[in-house]
Amino acid sequence: MQSLHIVSAYDEELKYLSKRIAAMGGHAERMVEQSVLALVNADPDLARKVVEDDAILDQGQREVDDKAILLIGKRQPMATDLREVIGVIRISADLERVGDLAKNVAKRVASVGDNSMQPASLYRGLEALADLALTQLKEVLDVYASRSVETIGFVRDRDDQIDAMYTSLFRELLTYMMEDPRNITPCTHLLFCAKNIERIGDHATNIAETIYFIVTGEQMPVERPKGDKTDRIVIPAR
Amino acid sequence: MRTYRSYLPDIMADLSDRQKYGARRFMRNLWQARWLLAVAVAALFCVQFFAGMPFMVLPAAIVALLLAAGISGDATGDGEQSRAAAEAGELQSLSAENLAAAVTDPLIVFDDNASIIHANAAAIAAFGDLRAGMSLQLKFRAPEMQVLIDAALAGGGSPSADFIDKLPVERVYRVTASAVGHGSRLHVLLFKDQSEARRIDRMRADFIANASHEMRTPLASIAGFIETLRGPARNDPAAREQFLHIMQNQTGRMARLIDDMLSLSRLEMKPYLKPGARVDVKQVVESVVDSLGPLAKENNLVIERDFADGPMEVPGDRDELYQVFENLLENACKYGQDGDRVVVSIARTDKAPQPGIEVTVRDFGPGIPEEHIPRVTERFYRIDSETAQSRKGTGLGLAIVKHILTRHHGRLSIQSELGKGSAFTVYLPAN
Repeated sequence: MQSLHIVSAYDEELKYLSKRIAAMGGHAERMVEQSVLALVNADPDLARKVVEDDAILDQGQREVDDKAILLIGKRQPMATDLREVIGVIRISADLERVGDLAKNVAKRVASVGDNSMQPASLYRGLEALADLALTQLKEVLDVYASRSVETIGFVRDRDDQIDAMYTSLFRELLTYMMEDPRNITPCTHLLFCAKNIERIGDHATNIAETIYFIVTGEQMPVERPKGDKTDRIVIPAR
Repeated sequence: MRTYRSYLPDIMADLSDRQKYGARRFMRNLWQARWLLAVAVAALFCVQFFAGMPFMVLPAAIVALLLAAGISGDATGDGEQSRAAAEAGELQSLSAENLAAAVTDPLIVFDDNASIIHANAAAIAAFGDLRAGMSLQLKFRAPEMQVLIDAALAGGGSPSADFIDKLPVERVYRVTASAVGHGSRLHVLLFKDQSEARRIDRMRADFIANASHEMRTPLASIAGFIETLRGPARNDPAAREQFLHIMQNQTGRMARLIDDMLSLSRLEMKPYLKPGARVDVKQVVESVVDSLGPLAKENNLVIERDFADGPMEVPGDRDELYQVFENLLENACKYGQDGDRVVVSIARTDKAPQPGIEVTVRDFGPGIPEEHIPRVTERFYRIDSETAQSRKGTGLGLAIVKHILTRHHGRLSIQSELGKGSAFTVYLPAN
């Protein structure tokens, strides 16, 4: 019965890794949610909490890395198991980045300052962008749980929407800056916040690709059109 | 008056019923006592064989035995007892699945590996895919749920936590984990929906924020006109008429705003649909087109129909879907004035993620600038505030559409080209 024991310990280890990923995912989702809430409500206390929470994700990533490397060394996984372990390492890195981006948004809350200076539509736009990115992240992590990669096509749709929304916000922010130079400081910070949120969506897409690889053993068919057109936005000075 | 004769058939029927019933009961008693009877008959044979009873006594004894057994069963009064036994049996044989299905709150049964064993229909409606074998910790990733599940697996007590699910619609649950029976490996997670209380708070806050912001403009304008009417324009009938007209428009706008805000709040109050109801999209669209005929005529537009054949059913709420198509078609009529027609088409689609119905409302108006397209479903987002005001928009119509579609697991996509018009496409999954 010795061998059974070893196999089940191996299973336990793999399971532990995916459990850690889920916990990290939960923290990352919560951080993104709270950082945007802090930004919209100009809530410095919540922002501070988000900044502190980032340590949990950093710790999580280190632990997943250590455990994964230990597992590779000890069990020499093959095929699906190997993909699983490599995938876990990649996803935890993406989630850690998501945490950093959320932390960066939270850090800017103080610099943006009083949010009644900017029009409410701007904050609604940011919220809508964050909702898209969070939905992306949530759905991707749900696929990690259910392994139903056949539904993963939504990722691309959503990615396009996020890019279009970001482009629109970019333009709006430029307009405000041109209207009044006093808007430049808060709007620049908000621009970075929007960029961060857009990047969170990109990391979610990365995770989706990793999951596709874990489950099918193939790379996700690429060729996604780039909807981010901010590189070409020029608003002429009047 | 009925004579005795006319009662006779009834009495006969009654009698024969009783006889039948009696016979059935007699047989049943015999059957119940069959082993005892067999032994008794065997004993009679033995007595005859060994003791040499008179020949004719044997059959008579057997008949007496049978009669006694058949009638004596009556005396035991088995009714009460057997019903109680049957009920106990029913409870025993009641499947856990049926019991879970009868619970209206989301309920998930999981084992000590945190793998899902069973999720009831309410849970699947609330959280989507929850197939058996899926890891609970991978699905419920929120930190407080992770803590709760760990505590449940560690055993001891019934830990509970507040779980907030923000997307797609915000829901707040009080979640309790408890072990099933003693020493079983199963646990149950029960979600009590607390969203309502929280939503009422949110609604109030939102309403005050929106109302104070959006109502201020028309209110300020009305106040200004009243001041003018009481002062400089006191004796100017022409100006008075004009001002009153503007004031009427502004109050109309405020009324519409309140209507829209209330309907949005109502939608937010009940985050998911009643399961089971199905709606014929074609019929709904047809009645919307009929009801908006006058508005289209007013704007010199013709509404063209392009419907695919056959019934097109989707799960959903009729009134809500009516509102979706009404808002879209109303917008098309209001903002598509430069074109001379509005096209409404319905088609089936097999596009991912699953087959469904697509309804497209296309206008041939000025179109929407590209940078505004992703934003138009936000509350109070206006591309050009003056046009929107003059066309009686509240800035909530598309927000309502989006909200309803989210509940229906549907999607709204918008294509638009400047100078050529816009197409709003609603996708609704067929299952």
